[in-house]
Amino acid sequence: MKKAWLPLAFIALVLLLALGLRLNPREVPSPLIGKPAPAFDLPLLHAPDKRFSHKDMLGEVWVLNVWASWCPPCLVEHPVVTQLSKTVPVVGLNYKDTREDALPWLKRNGDPFKYALFDANGRIAMDYGVYGVPETYVIDQKGVIRYKHIGPLTPEVAQKKLAPLVQELRTRG
Amino acid sequence: MARFLFLMVWLGSSFAQDADLDRRVHAVATELRCLVCQNQTLAESNAPLAIDMRNQIREQMKAGASDRDVVEFLVARYGDFVLYRPPLKASTVALWAGPFVILALGAWVLVRRLRRRPAAEPELSEAERARAAKLLE
Repeated sequence: MKKAWLPLAFIALVLLLALGLRLNPREVPSPLIGKPAPAFDLPLLHAPDKRFSHKDMLGEVWVLNVWASWCPPCLVEHPVVTQLSKTVPVVGLNYKDTREDALPWLKRNGDPFKYALFDANGRIAMDYGVYGVPETYVIDQKGVIRYKHIGPLTPEVAQKKLAPLVQELRTRG
Repeated sequence: MARFLFLMVWLGSSFAQDADLDRRVHAVATELRCLVCQNQTLAESNAPLAIDMRNQIREQMKAGASDRDVVEFLVARYGDFVLYRPPLKASTVALWAGPFVILALGAWVLVRRLRRRPAAEPELSEAERARAAKLLE
């Protein structure tokens, strides 16, 4: 009877390890949640002479989607982003890409973006802590980052996380 | 000739500065995690993002940033995860103290077990002694 704690300790260890194995090490918690979205002033993908800044979206709940034409998972999530863009404005941040590749990509797969920004050297993406495209941010009316999703958006994440959050942020005002 | 010498000295000193900068960039990069290949440091990794981040570090150092400024810049964007040595905070206490707690527990269990063991060796009877002596002969 006095050794009853031994199997218990073993089970506790197994549970701890199982918990650790189920965590995804790729999902690095972003320190930017709850902080103002980093400032940017970038040319538009479609019109190099026009610029767009983080201030242009103030007063609206919006989604920032970081993507590239060379990124296969971006193509996978594209239908989800397209669907999402029907309910909330999505701004695309084209990451380390070329116009020659990105523009035909949008033509081929459809352009869901209210604005598509061109971040050729990825410097603005670095300010947003991007380390693996695609990444998606929800930003509120005051320009504060509320949510970040790393990796391709799935319909589940879009419906169960993003849509309710956008709704909630809108009603909160 | 004087011009040539001046040029050589100037080139030499700028190369030396570059080497210094390289060393600083490398030293900081070995303390930082590459977010793409997470078990490599920023110095080891050749992932495009790691190269961008090293270039960013170099640029900022060239502009006069201290090692600490650079590390803070990256932590603000990528979180503590980017540090190879996590800072001691409420959320990382288990990480820092855990191994020592487990070690102490193990030592405690070991000591208890050793103490419980019968200390005295069993005495041999006369007959057993004689048998042992015979076997040893």
